[in-house]
Parts: sequence; structure tokens; C-alpha cells
Amino acid sequence: MTEPPRVFLVDDHQLFLAGVRAELGDAVDVLGAASDVDAAVEMIRERQPEVVLVDVHMPGGGGARVITEVARTHPDVRFLALSVSDAPEDVIATIRAGARGYVTKTIAPDELLDAIARVRDGDAVFSPRLAGFVLDAFADVAPIAADPELDQLTPREREVLRLIARGYAYKEVARDLGISTKTVETHVSSVLRKLQLSSRHQLARWASDRRLI
Amino acid sequence: MPASSALRRREFTRPVEGRMVAGVAVGLADGLGLDANVVRCGFVVLAVASGLGVIVYGIAWLLMPSDPEGSSRREPVGGDAVATCAFGAVVLGALLLVRALGLWPGDVVVWPLVASLVGLALLAMRTGTGTATAELPDWALLRRLPPDAADAVAVLIGTRRGVLARIAAGIACVAVGLAAFVVSVDSWSALRGTLVASVAVVIGVALVVGPGVSRLVHALVEERRERIRADERADVAAHLHDSVLQTLALVQRRADDPREVVRLARMQERELRAWLLGGDAPDASAGSSLGAALEEVAASIESEQGIPVEVVRVRDCGIDGAEPLLAAAREAILNAARHSGASRVAVYLEVEPDQATIFVRDRGRGFDPAAVPADRGGISHSIVGRMTRVKGRATVRSTVNEGTEIELVLPLTKTIEAS
Repeated sequence: MTEPPRVFLVDDHQLFLAGVRAELGDAVDVLGAASDVDAAVEMIRERQPEVVLVDVHMPGGGGARVITEVARTHPDVRFLALSVSDAPEDVIATIRAGARGYVTKTIAPDELLDAIARVRDGDAVFSPRLAGFVLDAFADVAPIAADPELDQLTPREREVLRLIARGYAYKEVARDLGISTKTVETHVSSVLRKLQLSSRHQLARWASDRRLI
Repeated sequence: MPASSALRRREFTRPVEGRMVAGVAVGLADGLGLDANVVRCGFVVLAVASGLGVIVYGIAWLLMPSDPEGSSRREPVGGDAVATCAFGAVVLGALLLVRALGLWPGDVVVWPLVASLVGLALLAMRTGTGTATAELPDWALLRRLPPDAADAVAVLIGTRRGVLARIAAGIACVAVGLAAFVVSVDSWSALRGTLVASVAVVIGVALVVGPGVSRLVHALVEERRERIRADERADVAAHLHDSVLQTLALVQRRADDPREVVRLARMQERELRAWLLGGDAPDASAGSSLGAALEEVAASIESEQGIPVEVVRVRDCGIDGAEPLLAAAREAILNAARHSGASRVAVYLEVEPDQATIFVRDRGRGFDPAAVPADRGGISHSIVGRMTRVKGRATVRSTVNEGTEIELVLPLTKTIEAS
């Protein structure tokens, strides 16, 4: 049995902080919680948790700012974004700031624990909705770009994302495609990298377009 | 202060305190390090000699921002009776000097012009200070008078009635000036001078009235904006009251039924989300796109059956021609919610250029598709049959104890454009 992950919580809703703490119970080691950007950055640097659960929407720059600030001094701290927001532009902005995954606040406790463990191990956590966003954002045929490798998904990555978007767990994806769970994780991590590093203008435009729907 | 830095434009402001007309002279004097009265005399001489003074004054007025906090760094001169008299004497002297020097355009022009300028100055006192309210002025002059007299003067000048009196006096002066021009025009040369003076007066009037008008327009715009804001706030409040507060009340009453509470919360969440993202017309898009219609179907089944139905969409297309797909999806979601025993249903829609695909998946008890009698309605009729009739297909995959997934594929014709 491995050590419980050392977790830090950042959310400006006290009620939610208390709820998450209670839900996670003894399965994780909660090092602390902060409810604004500056306090969060300071405490995370001081306590050095393995995984930070960060709310996307917060006064003073939101989760994305916490992630960028901490990453400058402590690149080892990993972030899992947690939000009630399904607005694609928020999700994409947080992922691009460096979060290794995104889940909505309605996630079941056992799934959240699973996601925390995955992020701690350096893997990416894609909820069905995030997988849908990514498929949507990378849907158009990319124009001639500086780095085509970064700007397009491979057919395999697309298959993996599609299954995740359909509600499959990684294990089920692996079984359906006849590959190992580790390979599924590799594909998802590679998609995460593309999502974070791709210079496609479409990502930004797509996200703002979606706002209009 | 070095002159170079003093000449920067924002150094020149029109202080409210110590101004006689609009504070231009005081402001310039402060900026240049001169006595305000020297600057004032300069303006008067220029104004009388050629009308240029009025124009320069007007331009400076427009360029120099008013500074409500600012007071002249020198002793305020405007309110001091002695200084005012001295100023008047200097002006008169300057006029006579100019007349003696032969720069005089003629009595016919100058005296009416002086009358007009005095009138304009009276009018400008109102717009210039920006206080048309019943606030009593705090002038040094008043403090020197006996209290009763001071009150009388203050009421006359400072109150609304006083303002009206001043406006009337100002207009009267201008009118007298203009009338004097018109009456005294008896030759072409005089007329030319008159025209110049008249133009100067018209410009002056525009400059005097201009700030007031622009302030009025600004106030109207501001008021309108404020009203729109208030309306929006009222809309938000009304919406929250009708939806969120009602739901919260229901949640409190049904606190002993977790399933119902979840159902209410989910329903409210959906509605609020649609409202936040879609503005005030959440239903406007429902009729036009397959994705929006699918969300709506999911929402209604969710609130009927009390089981969360999560919809993930990748692109979208118009609803026309895709109705059978939607109906089949509805049936599939309903089956999953009713019979699977799963805690949630996942729905995935992807629209590609040549086809639209919907997956409906649950992690419920599942069944053996081969064991289902062919005549049993549900799946074969309403789902498979519906899809094959429109040249699509429906595939059912189910494993006992693992769950069911139904795949619905509809080929897109030219009439159903992917978007």
C-alpha cells in the first residue's frame, strides 16, 4: 500500500472545501486549504503537496494563476482542476496553464480519489466532457502549421478520446481497443501535452465561439 | 517649477476656487507662475483689440480640464472685492489706453462688445463653476460683509433664483450689446467690425453654453445606462427568485428523499447553466440544433426518472431530418434510465461531415441481446426499426452485469449540414 497522496485544496467556497475534506476522509493527507490566489500560492510553496485540487473560478486570477505562479518555483507540484463550470474556455485555459486534468465538482468521491492518484503518478485525467471538448477543438483539419505533430491528434488518440467521451473508464478503453491501460494513459498524456503546447489559433477561437452557443 | 515642465498640458487645470469666469486665467497664471490679474488683463486687451482674446480664452477653456479639488496656489483673487475693483479699473484703463493708441475699432464696436463680454461672463459663472444647485458660495467677499447682507448676496448669487437672475442679467447684457451693434450700423466699415464682433459673440455663446449642453447630454446618457443596469439587476433577481429560490425551498421540504433532492438540484443546475451561458433565451436554440434538442431530451428524462443524464457533444448540426435519430436516442436514454439500474447515463453525440452518431451508455445490469424475444417492442421497434427506416443503423451491445451501450448512426444528406 502506498502512502496516501499529500493534497492541498484551493477553493473560494468554504462549503465546498469542507465537503471535499469530508468526502476524501483518510484516503488522502490534506495538508491545508486556501480560499484565495495569493494565500494559496504562498501555502503551496511552503507545504509542497503532491497534488493540488484547484477551483477554476476564483477572484484574483482564478485557478490558472495559482498554477502558473506555483509552477515557476515548484514545477513538481501537480494540479487537478475542479469546477462547476463546464464553460470550455475556462477548462481549456486551466489545462493550458498546466493542470494535468479536469473534473467537475459533481464527480463521485471514489472517482475523485482515483483522479488524484492518477495525477500524482503524472498521468492525465480526462473526464468525458473534457475529452469531448478536445475532440471538438481538434476537429477541423489543421491548416499548415509550424508544428503539425502538436497540432493534430493521431487516429489512435482520437479513438481513445472518443471512448472516454462515451463514458468509458481507462480500463474499459484498454479492453475495447485491445491495448494495455498503460498505453491508454500514454495516449491521454500525449493529448494533454498537445492541448497545452499547441499553438493552434483555433483552440482559442473555438473556446470563445462555444461561449456563443 | 521649471517652465518646460509647467508647459506640459496637464499642468494646466482650471481650479474651481478663485476663478472669475471659467478659471482659465487662474489656471494659466498658476502654470506660468504669473499673477492671475496680469493674465486676465492680457485676455481683456486681446479681446477688445481684435476679438482674439475671446477665441484664445475659449480654446484654453476647452483644452484645460477643470479641477474640482484644485485651488489656486496663490491667494484667490476672484472673491476679493478690492482685487475685483482693481481688476475692473485695470480693464478700463487698458481699454482707454488701446483707444488712445489708435488700435480702437470704434466706439460702435467696443462698447457693445464689452457689454456682451460682461453678459457672457455672467452666464459662464454658472456653467463654469458647475454648481447650479442651491449651494451658498463661500467667498472672501461675503465674509467681510455684515451677516445679513452676506446672506442676501449669497441667496441672490448662489441659489437657484440667484442663478436665474444672473442668467437673465447675462442674456440682457448680450442682447444689449448685439442690439447696440445692429442699431449703430450705418456704414459698411462699421458693419464689418460688427460682423467680426458678432461672430466672436456667437463663438463665445457656443463656448459658454457648450459645456453645459455636453454635461446635460452626458448626464442623460449616464442616467439611461443606470436604468438599463437597474433593469438587468431586476431581471436577474426575478429569475433567481422564480427558479433558484423555489428549488431551494423544494429541496428543504424534500430533504428526506435524497433521490428527489438530487433530481431537483440537477434540474436547477441545468436551467441555471443554460441561462448563464445562453442569456435570457435558453430555449431559442433548442429548435434549431440536434445537440440542443438532445440536451433537452436528456434534461426531461433526467427530471422524470431522477437519474443524471450526462451529455457530451462534439460539434452539432441542424435538427431538420435528424428527428428519427433524436427519437431513437430518446428511447434509448429512457430505457437505460428505467431498466438498467445504473446511477447515471452517459450520452455522446458526435457530428461528422457524413454522419451523426449518438452513443447511449449505462453501467447497469445489462442483458443478453440474443435472449430478448424478437417481438418485444422497445429496442427492436422504436430504436432499430426507426434507424433502419432512415438508412441509418442501431447497434446494441450489452453484457450482463456490466451495462449496455447503444450506438445510433444517421448518415447525413446534403439537407442536414454539419456545423
